[in-house]
Order: sequence, then structure tokens, then C-alpha cells
Amino acid sequence: MENSLFRLQAIFQEVFDQPELNISATTTARDVPGWDSLTNINLIFAIEREFGIKFALGEIQELNNVGEMAVLIDQKTKNRAKT
Amino acid sequence: MKPEGKQAKWELPTELKSPLSAELILRKRIALRKELLKQPELLPCRIAILGGSTTQEIASILDIFLLAQGIRASFYESDYNAFFEEAVFGAPKFREFNPEIVFVHTTWHNVSQFPELLDSEQRVEKLLRSEMQKFEILWSRIRQDFKALIIQNNFDLPRLRPLGNLEASECYGRVNYLLRLNAEFARYARTHSRFLLNDILYLSAQLGLTQWIDNSYWYSYHMALSPIATVAITRNLAAIIKSIYGKAKKCLVLDLDNTLWGGVIGDDDLQGLVLGRDHPLGEAYLDFQRYVKGLQNRGVLLGVCSKNDPENAMKGFSHPDSVLKLEDFSSFKANWNPKSDNIREIAAELNIGLDSIVFVDDNPAERAIVAMQVPEVAVPDVGSDVSLFAEILEGEGYFEPLKIAQDDIERGAYYRDNAQRTACETNFASYDEFLASLDMTAEIGPFIPVYLERITQLINKSNQFNLTTRRYTSAEVEALSRDGYHITLYGRLQDRFGDNGLVSVIIGSICEQALEIDLWVMSCRVLKRGMEQAMFDALVQECQALGIRKLIGVYIPSKKNGMVAEHYSSLGFCPKEASPPERKQWEFEVPPTYNELVKHIRRTAISERSGASIS
Repeated sequence: MENSLFRLQAIFQEVFDQPELNISATTTARDVPGWDSLTNINLIFAIEREFGIKFALGEIQELNNVGEMAVLIDQKTKNRAKT
Repeated sequence: MKPEGKQAKWELPTELKSPLSAELILRKRIALRKELLKQPELLPCRIAILGGSTTQEIASILDIFLLAQGIRASFYESDYNAFFEEAVFGAPKFREFNPEIVFVHTTWHNVSQFPELLDSEQRVEKLLRSEMQKFEILWSRIRQDFKALIIQNNFDLPRLRPLGNLEASECYGRVNYLLRLNAEFARYARTHSRFLLNDILYLSAQLGLTQWIDNSYWYSYHMALSPIATVAITRNLAAIIKSIYGKAKKCLVLDLDNTLWGGVIGDDDLQGLVLGRDHPLGEAYLDFQRYVKGLQNRGVLLGVCSKNDPENAMKGFSHPDSVLKLEDFSSFKANWNPKSDNIREIAAELNIGLDSIVFVDDNPAERAIVAMQVPEVAVPDVGSDVSLFAEILEGEGYFEPLKIAQDDIERGAYYRDNAQRTACETNFASYDEFLASLDMTAEIGPFIPVYLERITQLINKSNQFNLTTRRYTSAEVEALSRDGYHITLYGRLQDRFGDNGLVSVIIGSICEQALEIDLWVMSCRVLKRGMEQAMFDALVQECQALGIRKLIGVYIPSKKNGMVAEHYSSLGFCPKEASPPERKQWEFEVPPTYNELVKHIRRTAISERSGASIS
């Protein structure tokens, strides 16, 4: 998860254009200024491309914070490695 | 991206240079926008997006591509899926926004009703008519309410085919139905001015439907297009819009060896060149030549810029399989000078800006040097595989045509004729004698519909001989040509070497007994021919006929129009006292009897050209 969080941080910094932005497992949309529906789409797409995964319909909506996002990413990349 | 620096010249961020990465653009959108806004002299424009699905992401990326073209758009976006209601029932905010361009972003999801299984041809036809009627109500309402130009998507196709291949063959099939609607949209585009089609059927095919539509983004965010498709569609839109504002490129400059043919003409000689059907590589070069020839046919100027001895370089075009011939090129530079110098010379010779040139070379080092030395020139990264050159070039949308006019087809010939004119110039005792020998005739008159596209193009492309650098959309030009408050004049010039085409435009607004000249542009290719005097004579006569007593000339200095700083004084205007230098005004009293200034140009009657009406 740590590794995914680290990579997520770089994505967040670029998508929101905030090079100093620090995220942690407990970060939520409310903590990041500029996290609106448009940047959210940019963010989801950037994450999908960065990790080479595709979120299933509804998966994103269930996440409560960035930590859960990282866990989901780890699951998906692990599953991909198995197949 | 480059660090901020006061001296540093602004440069397009690498993310937006060819080859383009949709991924990076989406990811770095905010930073890119910030950087792009640092450009000097951005052209403002107002675009309304009427959406049949969400449009926010479309606007956000279109914004980036337009900024990369030097256009700063402000956007109005309709409420979700309210494209029809807002236009037809007149949303006040939409009205207030007063768009210059209305983009109707609809997709197959917005077809009101598809035929039902086993519907008869008649029923389908009826359904088709009623769908068309809905869209025609929308379009005519927009055309009526605004001077705006409409850009309308045609239809893409659904990912699913419950009827399998019958979707395409049966009249009630969705594919069949959508393609018929597309044909109707196309017919409307052909028969109406101020209306352009955005061909998303092609774009979706190019990308593939599974990439074009992403189900999870549709269900989650009601994006009719995937993020990747959003980049494709906005890039295509930006190509159209930059052409609307006269920012399309004019000239393609080509390297020779391993660009137009395989091999090195200086070493391999004619028989050693790889060109023609009997070789896979030779066939690819042949096809690239055909593509280039196609561009030339529709008015793109061609130039050669090659490190070669001129005799060798020219010899290449005598190859029996060469589709391109020497006479297809308006400028030919084959020597050992740096290519950047040659390209500057080509621009000067053709009287066009460096920013209207595209340079294609298989050699990455040459590309890099040109890109660095003359950053205004567009240098696509075409790689070194000739089978991809045309596609990469086309993907950039440099030469997007809005309409193909007779003038475009004749343009290449004009530039060739010009070489003869210049050669001729040197044989005369005086310049007057030379002008007299040109046997020039001008057709000057108020705007007429057949010329509106060309007039708009000239207005928006002219930078040097342009007194005010005001830009107009074709819709605005059309409106003011009929409103009775303006005097409009266009001028075409012919001489014994050929037709120079429509080369000058004046727009003046009438204010009681005075006329303020809002715009005066002329193509630099007819400089020093007396055309400005001919236009002025016509303007004065027009004013006399309308009882206008005074002319007010305005000069707004820009970076490029220094050559016309004294234009009005040379025509006999007096500077108006206390007019500010950033908007210098000049006055001219219209005398009751006026002696024409023009000496060597005869005026001819205005010809309504047949078969070219655009409205």
C-alpha cells in the first residue's frame, strides 16, 4: 500500500497542479482543494493509466479515503499479476 | 515545462507538441493551462457548448487545444442534455453570452427515437424526417438568434448490435438509421453557410468504438465519450476553430531524400531512387507523394527545402513514377545552407508568415534544428517511416479546410506566376512602366455571398497590411454586409500573368455623415501595385453616392503592421488632433469632385460567379 500511496501522491500533485500536496491513507476529497467532478474524472483516468487497471462500475463510489483507494489498486494489480 | 523567466521566449509546452499523448494532457491539464495563458496576444472567442451529455470535460480540453493555437475561449455550457430546450426556448444566460460559435455536442444517445423491429421503410422514413425536423428547428433557431457559426457532431455508433449485422442492412437497424441521419446532416452542411460538421463517425472509427465509449464513464458521469475520445474530439474541434479564425497553415515545406523518395538522389542517381509500385517502400513513397499532391490540389502551397545540389534535386522529379512535378512547388530551395535560413527565405518569397509553414523531414536532427531556430514553424515529429508520414501530418489538423473555393485551387498557379512577374520586373526602365505592362484589372464592389468565406479568411489571416487587426467571424461578415450601417468593399485583381484572387477588403461603419474605416486589409502579394489606391477610389465613390462627407481612418499598431503606419497620410488624410498613439485617427474630407488616384488598374464590372453560392 505504501508504494501505491507514493505513486498516487505524484498523480495527485500533477492532476491538481499542487506540487507540495501531501496525501495519506486518511485523505478524502474534502482535504484536497480543487477536487471537483472534473478533476475527479482526470484523477480516475490518470490512476487507471498509471497502474494499468480499470475500475469496475461502482468501485470508486464505495471508497471512503485515499487509503482504501490504494488497497483497491493493490488488489487489482495483484489479480492482474496472477492471470 | 520551462521555468519562468522574463527574457525567455514563450514556447509551446512539449506535452502539446507532436507526438501528442492524450494521457499526459488529461493528467497535466491544469498546469498546461497555466503555462498556455502566459502567451502574449491571445485571440478571444466565445463558444457555447450545447450538450446532449456532460460537456465539462469537453470544454476543459478544448480550452487547452485552442490556447495552443493562440485562441482564448470563454465557454457557455448548457445544462445537462438541454441542448434543444436552451436554444429553442431561449435560455436567458445563453442569449446573454452571445456566442460566436455554437458547438452542438450530441451523440447517438441523443437520437429521440430509433425505429422498431420490422418497421416498414415508410415508417422509418417518417421517423427520419421528424428527427431531422427537430435538429433543423434547433439549427435555424440558433442561426436566427445569433450571428454565430454552428459546429454540429454527426452521429457515432452504439457499441452493441443486438440485431448483429442486420443493424447495418435492415432499414430499422440502428447502424442503418444512424448512417442515414448522418447523410441528412451532411446535406444540411453542404447547403447552409455558417454550419460545419464535426465528423465523430470518423473519429470513433479511427479510435475504435471500444475506446471511444467507456461504459463505466458513461454510467458514472454520463460522459458519452471516454477520456481518450474527449481528447480526440476536442483536437478535431480545435482544428476547425483555428481555421474559422484564419489560423490554418498555408504551406508545406518538404525535404527530398528519404522524405519524398527513398535514397539519396546525389549518390544513387535517378535509377537508384526507391519510388514506384515495384517495391514496398517505393509504393509507400508514391502514396505519400499522392497525399501531398492532394493537398496541393486543394490550395496548400508546397515548398522544397533540401540539402542537395539544385540540379540533382530537380532531377528527382523527372523520375517516371514521381507524382509530384517541379511545377507543383511554389518555392524550391536546394542548397547547402541551413534549412532554417531556407525556410525563412521561402516565407519571404511567398509573402507568408513563418507561422503558416509546416516542415516535414525524415531526419530528426534537421527537424530539431528547424524547430529550435524558427520556433514559429510547425515541425511535426513524423518519425522516419514513410508509411506513417501522411497520417501523422493529418492528425495535426494543420490544413483543415472549411470550404474549398475556386481561389484555393488556383492559388498554387498564382505563386508560380509571381515568379514570372518578378523576373519581368527587372527588365523595365521604370517601375511605372512595369506596372503599366502588367495590364491589371480590378473587380471592386460591396460584399457578395460567393466571396464571404474568402473575405473572412483574408480578414483573419492578414497581419501586415492590416490597419486595425480586427477579426471577424464569417457570420459577422455576413451580417454586416446586409445591415445597412456598413460600407463593405472587396477587391479582386487580375493581371496578364493570371488571377491574383480576392486580395483586399474594407469595412467601414456609417455614423451620420461620416464613415469610420473599421478594417482595411490587403494581401501582401499585391503590394506596390496600386491596389490600395484603387480600393480607396472605390471607397470615396461609394461615400459620394451615399452623401458621406468625411472619412475617418484608424490605425491600431500591432507587432506586425508597421508597414501601414503611414497608410492614411499617403492617401492624403490629415492626422486628427489628440488621437492616442495606440489608436491613431486620420481624417479625410470627401470632395464634391474627386480625382482618382489609381493609374495602372482598370475597374471591371462585378461578376456574380456562377455555381459557387454559399448561402
